[in-house]
Amino acid sequence: MKYAIELVGITKRFARTVANDNVTLSVSAGSIHALVGENGAGKTTLMETLYGIYQPDSGKIRIHDTEVAIKSPQDSIRQGIGMVHQHFMLVPTLSVLENIILGAEDTRNAFLDLAKTSERITALADKFSLSVPLNEKVQDLGVGIQQRVEILKALYRKADILILDEPTAVLTPQESTRLFGILSELKQQGKTIVLITHKLNEVMEISDRVSVMRKGKIVGEMDTPTTSPQEIAELMVGRPVLLRVEKSKANTGKPVLSISNLSYVDRRGVEILKNVNFSVASGEILGIAGVEGNGQTQLVECITGLVKPTSGTISLNGVNLVGFPVKRVFDSGLAHVPEDRLKRGLVVDFTVKENLILGLHTRQEFNSRLSMRRSAIEQNARMLIKKYDVRPDDPDAIARGLSGGNQQKVIIARELSRNAQLIVASQPTRGVDIGGTEFIHRSIISERDKGKAVLLISADLTEVLSLSDRIAVIYDGMIVKIFPDNKVEESELGLFMTGTKGNGREASLA
Amino acid sequence: MAEKRHWLEHSITQNFFVPVLAVVLSFAVGAIFIAIVGQNPIEVYYVLFSQTLGNEYGIGQLLFKTTPLIFAGLSVAICFKAGLFNIGAEGQLQIGAFATALVGMYTFGVPAFIEIPLLVLAGIVGGGIWGFIPGYLKAKTGAHEVINTIMLNFVALALVSYFATNIYNVPATVHTPSIAPTGRIPRFDVFFSGFEGSPVNFSILIAIVAAIFVWYYIDRTRPGYELRVVGLNAKAAEFGGINVARNLILSMTIGGALAGLVGTNYVMGYKYYFEEGFSTGTGFMGIAVALLGNNNPFGVILAALLFGMLEYGGLVINTMVPKELVSILQAIVIIFVISSNKIFRKTLVNYMKTRTLSVNQ
Ligand SMILES: Nc1ncnc2c1ncn2[C@@H]1O[C@H](COP(=O)(O)OP(=O)(O)OP(=O)(O)O)[C@@H](O)[C@H]1O
Ligand SMILES: [Mg+2]
Repeated sequence: MKYAIELVGITKRFARTVANDNVTLSVSAGSIHALVGENGAGKTTLMETLYGIYQPDSGKIRIHDTEVAIKSPQDSIRQGIGMVHQHFMLVPTLSVLENIILGAEDTRNAFLDLAKTSERITALADKFSLSVPLNEKVQDLGVGIQQRVEILKALYRKADILILDEPTAVLTPQESTRLFGILSELKQQGKTIVLITHKLNEVMEISDRVSVMRKGKIVGEMDTPTTSPQEIAELMVGRPVLLRVEKSKANTGKPVLSISNLSYVDRRGVEILKNVNFSVASGEILGIAGVEGNGQTQLVECITGLVKPTSGTISLNGVNLVGFPVKRVFDSGLAHVPEDRLKRGLVVDFTVKENLILGLHTRQEFNSRLSMRRSAIEQNARMLIKKYDVRPDDPDAIARGLSGGNQQKVIIARELSRNAQLIVASQPTRGVDIGGTEFIHRSIISERDKGKAVLLISADLTEVLSLSDRIAVIYDGMIVKIFPDNKVEESELGLFMTGTKGNGREASLA
Repeated sequence: MAEKRHWLEHSITQNFFVPVLAVVLSFAVGAIFIAIVGQNPIEVYYVLFSQTLGNEYGIGQLLFKTTPLIFAGLSVAICFKAGLFNIGAEGQLQIGAFATALVGMYTFGVPAFIEIPLLVLAGIVGGGIWGFIPGYLKAKTGAHEVINTIMLNFVALALVSYFATNIYNVPATVHTPSIAPTGRIPRFDVFFSGFEGSPVNFSILIAIVAAIFVWYYIDRTRPGYELRVVGLNAKAAEFGGINVARNLILSMTIGGALAGLVGTNYVMGYKYYFEEGFSTGTGFMGIAVALLGNNNPFGVILAALLFGMLEYGGLVINTMVPKELVSILQAIVIIFVISSNKIFRKTLVNYMKTRTLSVNQ
């Protein structure tokens, strides 16, 4: 078997962690190779080392049987390697076309021959069924399309090895299916693909071979058809894992959050939320299913007081929150896990302990007369780090250096520590590994069982289905359907989510 | 997985060693320039150091130059922490110092224990107002503080220049009448005869107290925590229930107030009046001081000492080299320090075959 990539004995250390510990990995040419492992296992680091962002402390890289020195992404691009990062690296204000050619412009002439270039790109896109609107600005596109732009960008640079770092974390099920179609197509045409993911069904569905990483080492490597999600999960976590969510029946009480006739028109005059009505009772989890961009973000921003709705009421335990400043909304008994952890949830240059009091920093326990109580802040951090298994277990670690999943745990820990009546969780396990997801799910359910009301917004249908007690579907700013339980088929949900079914507001009251 | 950190990765090394190295290197480059003008660098540096650090008089002069730089550096640093670039320390210190002089000339007969705090307060209020304006505009209209502080510098200079030469001046001079004698801050030479003749005075203690205040405020208090969140991630601040606008205004106001304290050194401790043109760009040097000091209040003190030394040192080597050379040397220090953060750290760290801290997920 011929290998496209051979990583031999790669070791990469950061300040205090060995991110990759003598890793050897071979990827056959023309195959799809899945790379899985817990948060912080070192997957991204390994691939970014291959891509030239990091220099390994030791180890060799061979591409198509020749040893190469990769000192920068330019080197790896020259070797035919392309990478789609966990966080996209596109320039939002430029058009798709400009983004694709950025840094790889045809410099033979002083002027860009955009017409010809765009023809070339269109041909390339057609070849792999990657349709993208070339002249639109990236900022106006959904994540699914942005991702196709990233892939096209790599192909335009003549990549024949493509690394995708958690590509489906931000996609809807439909978009994921589409992405996999593209990946199969690419494989057909002889490209080699490395796919990092936390979703084991995806591994089973599309990969030829799978490598499992744990704590910087490769702990297992199997041909996909010979293994099972259960086996992979056990290898990843080092103990048997429950792949299902276990929860008892909801013990529903009085409504905690009631939203009535909520509408929101944004600054450009677009009606984003249209007469939304629903309520969440204590002791239940209401899941909101929907394709991203149908108003979920704005719904949450209205509830948390970040934007002011145009009309309607949002009442929490009978108090109308509309018009309250953010702080007062939170003080009224709300906890919120924001969908974009880097943008809203964390101050990445702060330490973990400083992040763990963000928004709670005015509480008396953290303040003495003149200064903040450092011992209390430290203690709070130690307690939460232990309870939520944040790694590294160091209150003084800078948040930026934590892996994505651990950053998420910091936020979850902080928000649940508010002990609020209502928990609004947006994409609570996005990018979080199996063990972490299991843990976060259990934490949310245990809050529910303590009588909290939970509003869950997630693009991950499996998550919505397994966690929710009731499911509301949002489409085009409307709640088009509320299912009284979670016994719904994914395909049925999908029909409502895409607006095929339920356009008449059949369930405006819950 | 935990591992001992490499010594280069400790913040002490990063915040202290790197700037020091930058300064040393810039002196080396400065030596080339000295050689170009036909002087012996060793001799010039010898004179520079021995005349500034070698006797009490020199030290006194140096400290006198250092005091206003500490205030200006702190002013810029605290705004930096809130994510604001305060180019307006110059205007703020002009207004503050003028306010001190103005209050001082109308309050004769007030006992010192009231008069001194009163004049200090006048400086705080004057500078504070001049910082508040761009802070308010930034918070309420989004108008960029860099432009507004630059503009307000012009306004401040024109204002004080007009009042100090036309309205409140002693006839035929460009300075105001003296402040009440009880508002004077004693000079060092009253207590230590070695400082005889140098204008250094106890306002430097006010500067040190101000530095401790800034450190405590930023590092230990709740408003300081909020200010840092705003500076690092305004969106997260909003989400954390922090009033971003209020923090922007507050930090600019405090920054202005710190700059406004410059008058304690010159007006209360040296001439006892306000004079047009008393500040030779101290507010702008404050930017360099804050950068060199890594926006850390104690770093600011050290950086102010260095620039104070260069400023006075410029005078002592005046006869040996053109005075422009001192400006060149100051500029080189600044350039080296600003570039050092990235360049030195990277080369050093690579050289030591360790891992970079650069982050890229
Ligand atoms: N730039 C960095 N500086 C310091 N430590 C880092 C840096 N990047 C990664 N690390 C550490 O290296 C380890 C591996 O991180 P990496 O991002 O490769 O994990 P991952 O497997 O991709 O995790 P995730 O699934 O959460 O994305 C983690 O412990 C992380 O904290
Ligand atoms: Mg990763």
